[in-house]
Amino acid sequence: MTKPRLLEEILHETFMGRRSFIKWSAALGGAAVLSRGVYFALEAAAIPPSAAGERMIRVCCPAHNCGGKCLLTATIRDGVITRLGTDDRPGDTLADPQLRACVRGRAYRRRQYHPDRLKYPLKRSGRRGEGQFTRISWDEALDRVAAELERVRQVYGNSAIFVPYGTGSYSNTNGRQTVDRLLNLFGGALGGYNNYSWACIQRATPTVYGTNVTGNDRQDWLNSRYILMWGWNPAEMRDGTNSNFLLKEARRRGARIVCIDPRMTRSAVSLADEWIPIRPGTDAAMMSAMAHVMITEDRYDASFVRTHCIGFDETQMPSGLEREESYQDYILGHRDGVPKTPEWAEALTAVPAATIRRLAREYAAIKPAMLYQGYGMQRRAYGEQVVRAGCVLAAITGNVGIPGGWASGMAFQPGWSPFWNVFPRGENPVKARIPNFLWTEAVLRGTEMGPEEGVLGVDRLDNNIRLIYAVASNCLINQHANINRTAHILQDETRVEFIVVQDQFLTSSARFADIVLPACTHFETYGIQDGWKYGHSVLLNPPLVAPAFEARSDYRICVGLAERLGLEPAYSEGRSERDWVAWAIETYRESGMPEIPTLAEFEAQNLGIYVVPVTEPQVSFADFRRNPQKHPLPTPSGKIEIFSRELFEMGRPDEIPAVPKYIREWESPFGLEAKRFPLSLIGYHNFHRVHSIHENVDWLEKAFPHRLYINEEDARSRGLADGAPVRVYNDRGALVVPCRITGRIMPGVVALPQGGWWTPDAVGIDRRGAVNVLTSERWTPLAYGNAQHTIMVEVQREDEEKS
Amino acid sequence: MTRQYAFFFDSAACSGCKACQVACQDKHDLVDGRRWRRVYEITGGHWTPHGPAWTHTVFAYYVSVACNHCARPICVEVCPTTAMHKRADGIVLVDQEKCIGCRYCQWACPYGAPQRDESIGKMSKCHFCFDYIDQGRPPACVAACPMRALDFGEREALERKYGRVRTVYPLPRAQLTDPCLVLAPHRDSARAENSAARIGNAEEV
Repeated sequence: MTKPRLLEEILHETFMGRRSFIKWSAALGGAAVLSRGVYFALEAAAIPPSAAGERMIRVCCPAHNCGGKCLLTATIRDGVITRLGTDDRPGDTLADPQLRACVRGRAYRRRQYHPDRLKYPLKRSGRRGEGQFTRISWDEALDRVAAELERVRQVYGNSAIFVPYGTGSYSNTNGRQTVDRLLNLFGGALGGYNNYSWACIQRATPTVYGTNVTGNDRQDWLNSRYILMWGWNPAEMRDGTNSNFLLKEARRRGARIVCIDPRMTRSAVSLADEWIPIRPGTDAAMMSAMAHVMITEDRYDASFVRTHCIGFDETQMPSGLEREESYQDYILGHRDGVPKTPEWAEALTAVPAATIRRLAREYAAIKPAMLYQGYGMQRRAYGEQVVRAGCVLAAITGNVGIPGGWASGMAFQPGWSPFWNVFPRGENPVKARIPNFLWTEAVLRGTEMGPEEGVLGVDRLDNNIRLIYAVASNCLINQHANINRTAHILQDETRVEFIVVQDQFLTSSARFADIVLPACTHFETYGIQDGWKYGHSVLLNPPLVAPAFEARSDYRICVGLAERLGLEPAYSEGRSERDWVAWAIETYRESGMPEIPTLAEFEAQNLGIYVVPVTEPQVSFADFRRNPQKHPLPTPSGKIEIFSRELFEMGRPDEIPAVPKYIREWESPFGLEAKRFPLSLIGYHNFHRVHSIHENVDWLEKAFPHRLYINEEDARSRGLADGAPVRVYNDRGALVVPCRITGRIMPGVVALPQGGWWTPDAVGIDRRGAVNVLTSERWTPLAYGNAQHTIMVEVQREDEEKS
Repeated sequence: MTRQYAFFFDSAACSGCKACQVACQDKHDLVDGRRWRRVYEITGGHWTPHGPAWTHTVFAYYVSVACNHCARPICVEVCPTTAMHKRADGIVLVDQEKCIGCRYCQWACPYGAPQRDESIGKMSKCHFCFDYIDQGRPPACVAACPMRALDFGEREALERKYGRVRTVYPLPRAQLTDPCLVLAPHRDSARAENSAARIGNAEEV
C-alpha cells in the first residue's frame, strides 16, 4: 500500500520555509500584500482568482460546538484570509433560509490569526498547572505521548486512560473522535456517557415519551398560535441557525410569544410579546401550578389524557400500582397536603399568582401551542423534574402530535438524526463507562465506583484514571465544576500521572498538561460538519490556508501516534483528511441524503453546503396521535407516561419521584445557605463565546464585555457602581469581575456568562470571571448530570486595597 | 440611477446580536476598535415587590446605527477641505487624500458616524459599502443580519415599503440632518421616550 499523502506532508513539500513570521504578522494587520502564496488545497476547487488576485471560497463556519452551523464566504489573497462574509446563496426562503453567521463566525479572523495560537509542541517545565512550558519537536512530543500510553496500559490497563468530555472541534478530522478511534485500536479507554449540555433532558424525556425524538421540524413553528419560550434563548445561544428568525416569522403570522426567564434575554426583547421573570430552579413549581389551574378549572384536554396518557389520575395507574400517588394527587395535594396552587408557586417562583393563572388559561385555551424548554433549567439540581413537568403540560393540553404543537422534552427532529461527526470511532474494548461529569470522582476513587454512581458495563471500575488525553476540551479545568477543587486534584501527579492536551490555544486546561500539542483550526485542514440538532445540512471545510506554524489536525496527530504504537495503517486506512471527508460524504449519502454532491462536485462548484429544504415539516408523534393502539410509543405502556413505573421502582421518591414534582434545590434562596449567600447565580451562554471558545477574540470582548449582571435593587443595597469591579464568592471560590447594573435581571439573581478563562491570582482569586470557581461538582440524582447553574453566591464591592 | 440610498432598520426584530457591527469591522479591517455601525441598548423601567412576588415595568430594545447618508449632511457642510462629500447616489464618503483629520465632521454629526483612523490621522466612516453596491451586492451589514432586520435601497422605495418613521428614541430629531433612514420602532420606544430611558450598554458603543 502506498503511504497516505496527508495534508501536512503536502504542505511541507509545497512551501516549507515560507510560513515566516513576516507573513504571520502581515495577516494580523489584515493587509497582507505578499508574493503570491500557495493555494495548496484549492487547486481542485477550480475557483479562478478575481482580477485583484482574490478567491472567494464558501466554507462552513468553524463554529466549534455552536448550536448553529452557518455558511461563510472567505476571501483569500496570497494565502491569507482577508475577509469573512456569510451565506450569499440566492433565495433565502423559509424552507431553505440562508445560514447567516453570527459575530463569532464573522470575527473569526481575530481568532485564526491570534498571536497566542499554539505554534509548537510543548512540554511542561514547572509544576503542573503553573503554566511553564518549553518548546519541543513533534518527534519528541509524539514519542513521549506514545510511551506514556504504553506505560499506563502496561502498569494499569486500558481502563486507566480517559478522554474527558469536550466538543471544541467538530469537523470530523478535528475533534475527539479522532482520538477515540486511536484509543479503541489501542485496546480502549474508560468510556464516558452523557454530556455537560443536556444530561437531564436526555435521560428524562424518554421516561415520558420513550424517545428523545420529540420535536417537530422548525418550519412547523409557523403553524403555532402560542409559544412559551421557557428558559429558552435562541436569539443568543443559537439553538440552531435561524431558530430566532423562524420565531420572528411565527410571530408575524400571529403567534403570541411569552418568554419565561430570570433574565430579560435578547430573545425576550426581540421575539416575545411578554417577559415573565422567574426565580431560577423553580420552574417545575410554576408548571405544577399551571396544571393545578387547568385541573381545578377543568381546562385540560381530558379526552387526550384518557386515550394517550397513563398516570394522570387514579383511574389510569399502572397495574399493581393503583394506590400510588398519581399526578393529580400530587397537584391537588391529596397525599402531601399541599395543593400546588398559584399562590403556593408564587412564594417560590416570585411570579404573581394572577400571572400564573393567566398563563395557564392561555396555554390551555389557545391551540395549537408550544412549550419549548430551554436546556439551562435542566443543568440544575433535580433538572430531571422540570423536563418531565414540561412534557406533562404539553401532554395534558393536548399539544402532542399536532402541527403547531410541541411535545416538549429533548426535541430531536423526526426523520433526521443528528450525527455530529460520522468519523468512525470503532468499538471500545473497555466496557466500563462513567457519566462524563463524574470524571474527577473516577480520578479520586474510581475503584470504589459502581452502578450507584452511574457506572455502566461493569460492577466496579478496576482503575482510577491515570492518564488523561484531552482533545478540543476545556473541561479539564475551565468548564468542569468547582475549578479550585479540580485544580487541586490535577496538581497531584501521583493521581493522574500523565496529561496530554491538544488544542489551538493554551487554555486553562492546557496549562495543566504535561505535553501540549498544537492543533490546527477548521480553516487549516479538510473537514466536514453537519447541521447540529436541526440537521438537514452538510457543510464543507476545505482548507483555506496553511496550518499556523507547526500546528496539525487532530487526525494527523493521531496518525503520528498510530505509527509509533504500531497501529498503522489500521488507524488511517491509508486515508488523508481529504479522503476521510470524501468518505464522510458517502456516509451522509447512505444516511438519508442520497442527492448530496460528491466532494469533487462540492469543490468544483464552490458549493460549501448541501441542504435538504424543509418543504413539508414533520411532526413528532403524529401517528401516535391518530391511533395510539396501532402506533404506540416506545414506553413500557405504549402511552405518554405521566407516571413512570421505571422511576417508581428505583425506590427514591424524594429525589426521583414517579410523577414530576418541584423539589427544593440543595442550594437555594430557601435554605440556610441563603443567609450567607443570598443571590442565585446563573452562568448563561452569551454571544461572546461558544462555551470557552472565542474567549480571547478582541472584537467579541469589545462587543460583549464580560460582566456580572445584577439588578438595581441588589446593587443599591451593596453600594455597587455600574462598571466597577465586584467580588463574587461562596465557600468554593471567589472571582473578581466588573458588574453591569441592569433592570433586565430580576432581584435576587445575578448572571455571569460561562466560559471566561480561569485566571487565578497569587492567592487563588480568579481575576477573569470563570463562573466554575463557584459551581459544585454535585451531580443530579437520575441522570448523573451537571447541576452547574444551581449555586448561591454573595457579591460585594471590590475595594482596590483589598485586591 | 439611484438618487439617494438609505438604510432600513427594524428595531422590533433586533436582538442586539451585533452581527452587523462585526461584519462591518471585518469588511473594513477596523482592527483598532472603530465601529462604523454600532448597536445601542435602550432600557428602563422599575421593579416592585408584592409580597413574595415581583412585578416590573422593565423594557429594552436595540437600535443599530451607521451613517445615515443624510440628505442634508452636516459633516459635508462643516468640512473645511471638501474631503467629505456626497456621491450622485447619495452616499456620503470621505476622500482621505483631501482629509486633514480635523474632526469637525465628527463633532458635528449627531449620529457619531465619522470616526478618526488614528493610524493615518484621517477621518473614516461608513461608506455604504459602495464597492459592493457598485458590484450589485448589499452592504456587509445588511447581508449579515440573522434576523433580516436590515435592508437598503432607494430611499423613496424603502419608504413606500416600510413607512416614513425616521427617528426613534434616543436618535436625534430627523429635522436636523434629514437622515436617509427608515425605521420600524420597537413597541417600547414610545415608553422609553416618555420615561427618559437610558443607554444600557454605554461602554460598548
